[in-house]
Amino acid sequence: MNDTAVLGRSRAMVTETRHLLFTVSPGAAWIILFLVLPSAYLMGVAFMTNGPYGLPEMPLSLESFRQLAGFGFLGWSPGNLYTLLRSLWQTVVATGLVVVVAYPIAYYITTCRARWRPIMLLLVVVPSWTNQVIRTFGWMNLLAPGTPLSAAAETLGLIAPNMGLYPSNFAVTLGLVYNFLPFMVLPLYAAFEKLDTAQVEAAQDLYATPIKAFWHAVFPQTLPGLLAGVVLVAIPAFGMYVIPELLGGGKALMLGNLVANQFSGGSNWPLGAAGAILMLLATFAGLYAMRRIGKRLGGGEEVVI
Amino acid sequence: MTEIPSAQRATQHAGDSSATPADSGEAEHVAQPHGSSQHELSEHGPSEHDRPADGGSERSASSIHMQGLHKRFGNSTVALDGVDLTIQAGEFFTLLGPSGCGKTTLLRILAGLEEADDGRLTIGQRDVTDVPPHQRSVNTVFQSYALFPHLSVRENLAFGLKMRGVDRQQREERVARIAQFIQLGDLIDRRIDQLSGGQRQRIALARALVCEPDVLLLDEPLSALDAGLRSQLQVELLRVQKRLGMTFVFVTHDQDEAMVMSDRIAVLNGGTIQQVGPPRDVYERPVNAFVARFMGHDNLYPISRREGDRVTTELGELVLEPGTAGSDELLLIRPETLDVLPGTQQGANHLHGRVVERLYRGSHAEFRLAVGAATIQATINNRGHRLPEVDDEVTLVVAAEDLVTVAA
Repeated sequence: MNDTAVLGRSRAMVTETRHLLFTVSPGAAWIILFLVLPSAYLMGVAFMTNGPYGLPEMPLSLESFRQLAGFGFLGWSPGNLYTLLRSLWQTVVATGLVVVVAYPIAYYITTCRARWRPIMLLLVVVPSWTNQVIRTFGWMNLLAPGTPLSAAAETLGLIAPNMGLYPSNFAVTLGLVYNFLPFMVLPLYAAFEKLDTAQVEAAQDLYATPIKAFWHAVFPQTLPGLLAGVVLVAIPAFGMYVIPELLGGGKALMLGNLVANQFSGGSNWPLGAAGAILMLLATFAGLYAMRRIGKRLGGGEEVVI
Repeated sequence: MTEIPSAQRATQHAGDSSATPADSGEAEHVAQPHGSSQHELSEHGPSEHDRPADGGSERSASSIHMQGLHKRFGNSTVALDGVDLTIQAGEFFTLLGPSGCGKTTLLRILAGLEEADDGRLTIGQRDVTDVPPHQRSVNTVFQSYALFPHLSVRENLAFGLKMRGVDRQQREERVARIAQFIQLGDLIDRRIDQLSGGQRQRIALARALVCEPDVLLLDEPLSALDAGLRSQLQVELLRVQKRLGMTFVFVTHDQDEAMVMSDRIAVLNGGTIQQVGPPRDVYERPVNAFVARFMGHDNLYPISRREGDRVTTELGELVLEPGTAGSDELLLIRPETLDVLPGTQQGANHLHGRVVERLYRGSHAEFRLAVGAATIQATINNRGHRLPEVDDEVTLVVAAEDLVTVAA
């Protein structure tokens, strides 16, 4: 009796474990196959030597990291460092501009009548259903020399004659802002929608000017959405390949282009792998920083009155 | 800034009363509101006229004057249709009416959150008609409490002082004082999402009071609470108001709550004031059928004929108190003014009827009776006598002075 009961229970446990393995394994297999293994491979390649055809060869070395840091046959050159800094700068500028543009849009959508809101959100999202490359080509056509926009900029003296707005750093920034706008609007909208409008009134009732009411009562409550948006925008922007390639005209390379060139041209796989690892580390550092900021804002342990 | 003089006194009382702010939830906090405020109440008396005796009361409660306030939303909805009203300094004044009567709109105009289309508003000596909310010495306890979830209780309490530029040390002192006055105990270090409804209500009250406004506005602050907690907080709120001598303007749709708390009540309907007066006046002498019905009276009978003090309704002929003024349209007989006697007895203001329905409520019983073709309701205290049964023939007696004539 007793034995069979125990047996039954352990049999049930085995079944449960099997069941668990069965449900988890597809996902786990996917992650191992497409994330863990390639990452490990990339990691290995980064520490190998560049062969004659740009393919990795033994022995292991730190050569690719030296090259990434800018040391070549002709001594040190700042090219890669510039690319890294340019990537960071483009990311910061583009993310900042996305925030500036998305914040009022998200707020405006919350003030619309309930039945209009999904439509407004759809209008924000729909462009991203078109392929990014196609949309970027669209911008090329809009900004190229001789187009109305370029002509207008020329008349205003913003650019030299016959230069066009594309290709340029400006075009890259514009492309990034345009491309990532929905990723900021959506989380901000979610944050705004949760906000009780009575709190804005309460702030004003408690002697806050409209600006102070925004700064002390509204803005802090949208910060979680804002941080989520920053993560969603900054990380892919940092590794962006298509937009700098097309709108920068090959002049304003970002880290993503540097990495891609090492693989596509067949020039230097280990260097490309080292660049990818650098990007990964930078991304993790950024995520960690966001987490810290979010914790400090959300935890509210220390009291400041 | 003026101080809350009696707040310090309250602090002393709290100190020597047995009320140690134990941790615990709100039950504890509510169970001991203002340890010894009972004798404070009797010390000061319930009326605002006693306030000068309140040891050096420098704080000046403000009166409010409203003149011809109009407000419409969109093209069709008239929220306020010409409101003239004066609220005395230090008064507990209630705006009472059904939803959509304009009471909340009026309160929001007082707060400055809504702008009147027409009319003037004066608070104290100052015309504030065009003054934005952050420049009015008026604070509001919102129906949803509208506490800031991203701030701690302490930061919520300090918010108004911070916005007004009160320095940090003073802020901390005043927050600590109000926390003691409202007996917040350890609630002060919690987060907003850790508070129950009753606790939030108290924090919202404290957040408004700490600013020591000339006028405190309360927008149905108790409507979200269950009945027991609600009546406890009613008493507490009333005591706070009496002790501070502050002008309170209270909005509610609950006539019982209005009667318990108010010095005076204004009954609103359709954006106009129907009647203003002390609770007894409004309840016992409603000026029209709307007020009478809203105060819970159903025994209203059209007067078909009036000769001097004699009126005829479908109930029969009744004699009013000599010199009863008022309209000749409806006769009001409050259910609790009726005596129900067994059998058929004769006399002035004696009506004969049959019990149709009896609702036994313990302390009293409610009767529905048929008098001729008419129906009348009577409430009788259960003093241990035999209560009439359904189908009993009874005699209803009402004193002439309890009969009121009411406009339609």
